[in-house]
Formats: sequence, structure tokens, C-alpha cells
Amino acid sequence: MITRTAAELAAALAAGETTSVAATQAHLDRIAEVDGAVHAFLHVDAEGALAQAAESDARRAAGATRSALDGVPIAVKDVLATEGLPTTCGSKILEGWIPPYDATVVRRLKAAGLPILGKTNMDEFAMGSSTEHSAYGPTRNPWDLDRIPGGSGGGSAAAVAAFEAPLAIGTDTGGSIRQPGAVTGTVGVKPTYGGVSRYGLVALANSLDQAGPVTRTVLDSALLHEVIGGHDPLDSTSIDQPLPALVEAAKRGAAGDLSGLRVGVITEMSRQEGGLSGWQAGVLARFQESVDLLVKAGAEVVEVSCPSFVHALATYYLILPAEASSNLAKFDAMRYGLRVWPEADASAEEVMRATRDAGFGDEVKRRIILGTYALSSGYYDAYYGQAQKVRTLISRDFDAAFERADVLVSPTAPTTAFKLGAKLDDPMAMYLNDLATIPANLAGVPGISVPSGLADEDGLPTGFQILAPALADDRCYRVGAALEAALLEQWGGPLVPPEEKLS
Amino acid sequence: MTDTLVAFDDVLATYDPALGLEVHVELNTNSKMFCGCPTEFGAEPNTQVCPTCLGLPGAMPVVNGKAVESAIRIGLALNCDIAEWCRFARKNYFYPDMPKNFQTSQYDEPICFDGYMDVDVDGETFRVEIERAHMEEDTGKSLHVGGATGRIHGADHSLVDYNRAGIPLIEIVTKPIRGAGAKAPDVARAYVAQLRDLIVALGVSDARMDQGSIRADVNLSLSPKGSGTLGTRTETKNVNSLRSVERAVRYEMSRHAAVLDAGEKILQETRHWHEDTGVTTSGREKSDAEDYRYFPEPDLVPVAPSREWVEELRGTLPENPTARRARLQAEWGFSDLEMRDTVGAGALDVIEQTIAAGTTPQAARKWWLGELARRANEQGVLVDALPVTPADVARVQALVDEGSLNDKLARQVFDGLFAGEGTPDEIVAARGLAIVSDDGALSTAVDNAIAANPDVADKIRDGKVAAAGALIGAVMKEMRGQADAGRVRELILEKLS
Ligand SMILES: [Zn+2]
Repeated sequence: MITRTAAELAAALAAGETTSVAATQAHLDRIAEVDGAVHAFLHVDAEGALAQAAESDARRAAGATRSALDGVPIAVKDVLATEGLPTTCGSKILEGWIPPYDATVVRRLKAAGLPILGKTNMDEFAMGSSTEHSAYGPTRNPWDLDRIPGGSGGGSAAAVAAFEAPLAIGTDTGGSIRQPGAVTGTVGVKPTYGGVSRYGLVALANSLDQAGPVTRTVLDSALLHEVIGGHDPLDSTSIDQPLPALVEAAKRGAAGDLSGLRVGVITEMSRQEGGLSGWQAGVLARFQESVDLLVKAGAEVVEVSCPSFVHALATYYLILPAEASSNLAKFDAMRYGLRVWPEADASAEEVMRATRDAGFGDEVKRRIILGTYALSSGYYDAYYGQAQKVRTLISRDFDAAFERADVLVSPTAPTTAFKLGAKLDDPMAMYLNDLATIPANLAGVPGISVPSGLADEDGLPTGFQILAPALADDRCYRVGAALEAALLEQWGGPLVPPEEKLS
Repeated sequence: MTDTLVAFDDVLATYDPALGLEVHVELNTNSKMFCGCPTEFGAEPNTQVCPTCLGLPGAMPVVNGKAVESAIRIGLALNCDIAEWCRFARKNYFYPDMPKNFQTSQYDEPICFDGYMDVDVDGETFRVEIERAHMEEDTGKSLHVGGATGRIHGADHSLVDYNRAGIPLIEIVTKPIRGAGAKAPDVARAYVAQLRDLIVALGVSDARMDQGSIRADVNLSLSPKGSGTLGTRTETKNVNSLRSVERAVRYEMSRHAAVLDAGEKILQETRHWHEDTGVTTSGREKSDAEDYRYFPEPDLVPVAPSREWVEELRGTLPENPTARRARLQAEWGFSDLEMRDTVGAGALDVIEQTIAAGTTPQAARKWWLGELARRANEQGVLVDALPVTPADVARVQALVDEGSLNDKLARQVFDGLFAGEGTPDEIVAARGLAIVSDDGALSTAVDNAIAANPDVADKIRDGKVAAAGALIGAVMKEMRGQADAGRVRELILEKLS
């Protein structure tokens, strides 16, 4: 049961071969079995999930299913507000907070009939690339429990990779869906900015954040994307246009014909020299093989240069902390969450200070300080203002590149999963893990990471990133599904983590 | 500590004042600036809140289109340019009554900018230049419990009501107002008064200074006379009546002068106005260290009002209150003093409507500023909130004009109106208030009065006509007020000539 894809589960439910309760129970059992080792979940809602599953079965019996995924269970990153379920964002400062409302994404999942298994682990407030910055302990990579599952959405990716859930929701501010996908051998999609509502997503950096699917197949991502995507009047930045036909694009891509498609290989992100550095040889090898498979499927490859991308990381680390420093100001112990009294008759200001000191982890404090500095009068123009200008240059690089290519490709992450603790004391090294994923967030364009094999050096998963112009998310699915089909044929089936390590 | 003050006239001998006014207008939209919560004043604490205006994690703002419309109409009425494209910005600072610890406001891209308002002070016109009018959200309201003063110091705990959090505000900021000299306090007051009238005419706010729906911050600085420079300013907050605006300016001018005369420097700071004692006290220091770290609000898209819409809104503007007042004063023939009293009593509209219903301007003014103003005052409301309509007043006056009522009886009709007894005609009928002008009944009463007051009668016979009043009083008493006083006077003079 648990190794089935969401599409397969949905088909089995439709055929009456199984029930949502059975499928949900199977995943809850799997969570009980392996999550002690993986720690993908911060909160499991067995009772709620089974109740929703029972309702789904009743609907199906009455011939009133709500969507293609009705009854297929899902895990949700703990950064999305869930009414009645704890939402911590991986932070001590929100310990015990139960939101009185659902994020739009969650509301749509419920409306489509997907039972919610629980909330997944993440770096505190989505700040990190390893999930080690969670205040509730790290998530471990199902491929090697001594290694990181990526971040910030390591919990969602690990849950899907370890068959604890067929589907999960992640959020991607600089790669937090795609990079965990790459290092856990799963599929992750960052939709076009504004394509999925951010209402109820606890903001890290509002102008960069985007929720999206975390799955094991491209088709499953497309199915989930169609459930959560589309305009939301509660999010002013959401795009008031219908989604492209994503499931159809995935199915068309899986048929394998990419004739006429122009694939742009980004110079700066595909080789050891001439741009961004630090690429692991095995990652580049798998990348090149995938490019070759696309050519075999009929695509034409062009090399495109995006010279501004080398500044993306620096730009990102000015814009993100600036927005985050302001977003995180609301955590002040006045209305919800942790409250620390430094002494019995402390003033409100002293309680705020003590709570924020105790409730935020070091990485969060680091970025609040960075952001506060970047926005300070006298520094605004030099830092935040300048970063916005570079951001425009990055968007122009994308525009120019998309003149010459229908999609752009690169490895998703420069390396495979590193060991827990390896980069914890070196923030710059940690930040560099996102250098290939960040440009898409800065420009608001969609991207997908598809598993591209295992690196020769360490036998760990690598990811292949496909980027498309804004609103053309369907291209990610078409090309991703084509690559996936070609690789599955080559491998003779999906790559799965070695089961013996999990139990 | 008591501030040293310099006499007002002496301030002007040495210094030129520069004023700056920041007026916050709470809009009367049905819902808040960025969410759908209701905005009604006086509801139970924390009953008009939602995830957005409580600043709950994940919640997002959506701009209230009606608030944008009101902002544009205010801007147009202030002769401002309306931005083709502008953004909201976050003003970051920590305070317990701010749900997000930032206020969503506008910074360098206000929706309205570069306007002016011509202010009348004692018949002289003073042009106040408007720098900007921008949109923002109100904060919550702290209630400090346990202290003697209701202020934060000494309180043992505080409660916060977030009903007000997110109510739409328009902040209207003037450019430095210079050259007002001795009239600076009057200019400040007149500006706020005229601005309030404009807001009332636009219908975009309740415009109640006493309820805080219009709040003024007064900036003031002094510079050496004739220097043409701008001195260090203070910002006096919490100035919530027209009289206080004037007094606060006057006080700060005297205080600044004393500090400067002593060779010391004015501290750039926020000051609090105390209505009861008429002084300002130091608030937080506003140094360069106070940094709001403004940046564009990333959860909102820019506001880009189309030029067609702006022109459409321009077409909805009411007549400028100052121009309207001048027009009505000329039409009605009121003196400056009569006009000022009319405006001060908030009776302009009801008098205009009463006149439109056929009453003469002076009669309309007499009722609304006399009898009815007195009753309104007793009830602590403005005249337009009384249970008497301009049509009622016009009808009462018509009955007086046709001789069916005199003023005393008319007052009894108003009693009836206040008691909800029906229309003026119904009340006259039900209470039997019709006047007696039948010569037979009156003649008897006059004879009785003459007989009872022979001394007075002799005086009148001797030509002291003014003494007739005493006899009229006696007749009216006998007739229980229901007599035509004019006819009584005629009869007396006939009989004693
Ligand atoms: Zn609200």
C-alpha cells in the first residue's frame, strides 16, 4: 500500500480495491514504524486523519467524491496554519499555538478530501537547508540516517521518501522544496510566484515564499498542484488567472516526445568553471546524463548564460532577512505562543525581550539582525535597495534566456546530502547549498526538481532542476515527466532508499 | 517640573514660529483597512477581530477599496495630485497594541501629495500647503489597569483591545507653515477646523474629535526672527479639540522661547498635551536612533487608481465648505458673528434646510441657535441629532407667522416634538395651543388689566408707551399665554390714547 504513488492510490480507491481508511492507516502504521528514526513529523494527527478518511469513504460510497485525490492522505509542512492542529514553524516561540484558522492551501486540501496525516519538521521559520535548525531536533535522510534531508522542508521530503506519506506540502523560499527533493530522491515543485495562495503560510520572506507539492512522481505533483493552486482573494499577490493544464502536461511529457522543445543549459550552474563553483562531480555527471536523455527524446539543447545569477545568493541574503526581520516581529508573547517572564513584575517590553531571546534559535536571530541592519536608515539604499536592483537584473537574465529556450535546466543542488552537523557552524557553506535554486525565487518563475540518479562517489540521490517562465508551470511538468519516464526505463523502476536502514 | 515660559508677545519679538500639522482621520468605512472586520465604535473589546487584524501568523492583508476611494476624495478636496501608482510600506516598531509590531502605512509613495487648503483667519486668507495624505491602519488601544492616572506608569497590568487595530486612517501632513507670526495658534486651529468641515462634507468620517476619529499632532519650531531658517521641532500628540490645538501651539511657542532664551537647545521629541492643565510634557525622545526601517509591504500589490476613476471621484466632491459658507452667509445676510456661531453649533445644514422649507434666515437661525441649541446642549448632542427636523421648525415658524402661535406656545410645540407626540399641527390640536386673537376675549382681559394697574395706565396715558409691557404681561397671564401679544399691545394703546 505505502509504496503506491498518489495516482495509483487514487486509482485503487476509485476501483474499490482499497479504502481511504485503509490507506491512511497504512501510512500511520508506517509513521509509527520508521518516524522514530527519520523524525519527519512534528505532530501526527491519527484521529483526525482517520476521521477525514472515513468521511472520504462515505462520500465515495455515495458517489460524491470531491477530487481526483479524494481519500489520498497527505502531510503538511508545519509552516502552514491548520485549524485545531499545532503549528510551530519548527520554533519554540510557537510551541503550543493552535491556529484558529486554516491556510488556504489546507482549506483546499480539506475541500478536495485529502486526509491530513500531520505536520512535518522544518528548519525554524524555514531558515536553513538541512532541517537541523528545527527547535525540535533534526530530520534524518531516509537514504542515510547520518545525513541531512535538505531544508527547510526536510520533513516533507523525508516523509515522502520514507513512504510515510504519498504526498506532502512544502514551501520554497530559496529552494526549500526543490533541494530537499534532490537530496532525498523525490520530486518537488516551486510553482510560479502567486500561483498558490500564501494565505496562512507563516511568512519567511513574503516576496519569495511559495507553497508547492512534494511527491515521488511528477504526475503526483501535477495532481496535487491542481488541488492547491489558483487564485485566492485573501492573498493580494495571488495571480487571478486559471492554472495551466498541469496533469495533462505531465501525461503528455510521460509519453516521451520532446520534439521542438528548446532546453537551455545555464552555463553558470552546470560546470565547474565559469560561474558558480562547488559542484560535486557525481552531481554534474548525473546532470549531463539527464540532458542527454532529453536530447534523445527530441529536445534541442542550447547553452545560455545568466551572468547575474552569480549575485543571486548575496541578493537573496539581503532581501530575505529584511522581510523576515519584520515578519518575525509579531512573535512577542503578547497574543499567542511562548511567554517568558524574566521576573514576576516584568514590563511588557521585558517580557517581549526575554521571550524572543529564549524562543528564537541562533539562525533566526542571525537573520533578524542581518535584516534589521539592511533596512536601517542610511543602509537601506546600499543593501535592500541595491538588492532589489540586482533582483531586477536576475529577472532580465531569465527573460533573455527564455527568449532562446523554452525551459532552463541545472542540477538542483551542488552536492548530495551532507552529514548532519557538517555545515552547522559554517552558515556560508550552508547557504551555498541553495545557489542553484535561489534565482527562481528572486524572479518568481516556477521550477521542479526531479530525481536524476545516484552520485558515483557516495551513492546518494541527485536532482535535476527544470525552470520555466512565470505562468508556464506546465512546461516543468512536461519536461520533468519526460525525463522521469526515460530514467525509470533506464533504471528499471524508481530509486528507493535502502529499507534496512530505516527499521 | 514646571516649564519656564515666555510671554506670548515677547516670543514674537524675538522668534518666527513654524507650524506643521499631522491630522489622522479615521474613515467610516464598514470594514477595516485590510480585512473584513466591522468598524463600529464602542463594541465589546476584541469582538471585531480576525486573524489578519490580530496579526496571527500566516494571515495576510487585502486593501479595502472603499478606503482608497475615501483617500482619493480627501486628496482631491485638498487640491492634491493623486499618485498613478503607489505602494504600502511597513513602519517597524515594537508596541503591545500593534498586532504585527509593524504598521502598514505608506512611506515615500503617498496616494495624495502636493495640495493646499486656504484657511480663513479673521477674514484673512492663509494658504496651508499639504505635503501628503496617505493611507494607513490604526493600532489597538491599551488600557492600563491599577494605576492612579490610567497611564502606563504605576499600572499593575494592561489590557489591549484590538477592535481599533486595522481601522483605516488617512494621515494628512502639511508642509511647514511659516509666516503666521502671532496668528500661528489661530491658523493651526482654523486649519484643523476647516479640515474637519471638509471631512464632514465629504462624508468619509464621523469626524468626532472627542471620540478620536480626528486626531491632531502639532509640530512647532521657532527660529530667530527674520533668519528664514527652521529650528528644531517638537511634536505634540494627543491634541483632541480645536481649542487644544490653539492652546498647544501657544504653549509650545512660549516654552521653546524660554529654552532658547536660556541658551539651551530644543530637544527633538514627542510631547504629550494635557487638556486639564494646558501644558505639554516630554514623551519619548525622537532622535536619529528612532528608525522605523520602512520598506515596501511585500504582501500587497501597488495601488494604481485609473485616471478615469479619479475624475469620476472628482465629480462626486461636495462644494468646498469655505466657499459654501461664504455663499450662504451672503445669501442669508448673516453677520460674521452670526455665521461663526452657526458653524460652531454645527447648525449650517439644518438652517439651510429650514430656509429651503420656507422660513426666513433670521427666524431659522433664531430657533436653531436659541431654543434648540439650548436643548441640544442640555442633552450633550449637536442640534442635528435632536428629534426635530428642519421641516418641523419651518412649520412651527409658519404657524407663528400666520398668528396661530407665539414664541411661548411654539416652545410648547417643541416640548411635544421632543416627547414624540406627532407633527407640529397634531401637537397644536392635541394640546389646545391655538392663540387667542378674538378681540372680544382680549378686550375684556385688557380692561381687567387696566383696572388692576391704574398707575401703569396713567403712565401710558402720559405717553410712556414703554410701560405697556407690564399690562401686556398681565393680559398674557390671564390668557395663560395663549394671546396674540401684538394685538394685545394695539388694544392697550387704543384704549389709553
Ligand atoms: Zn480583522
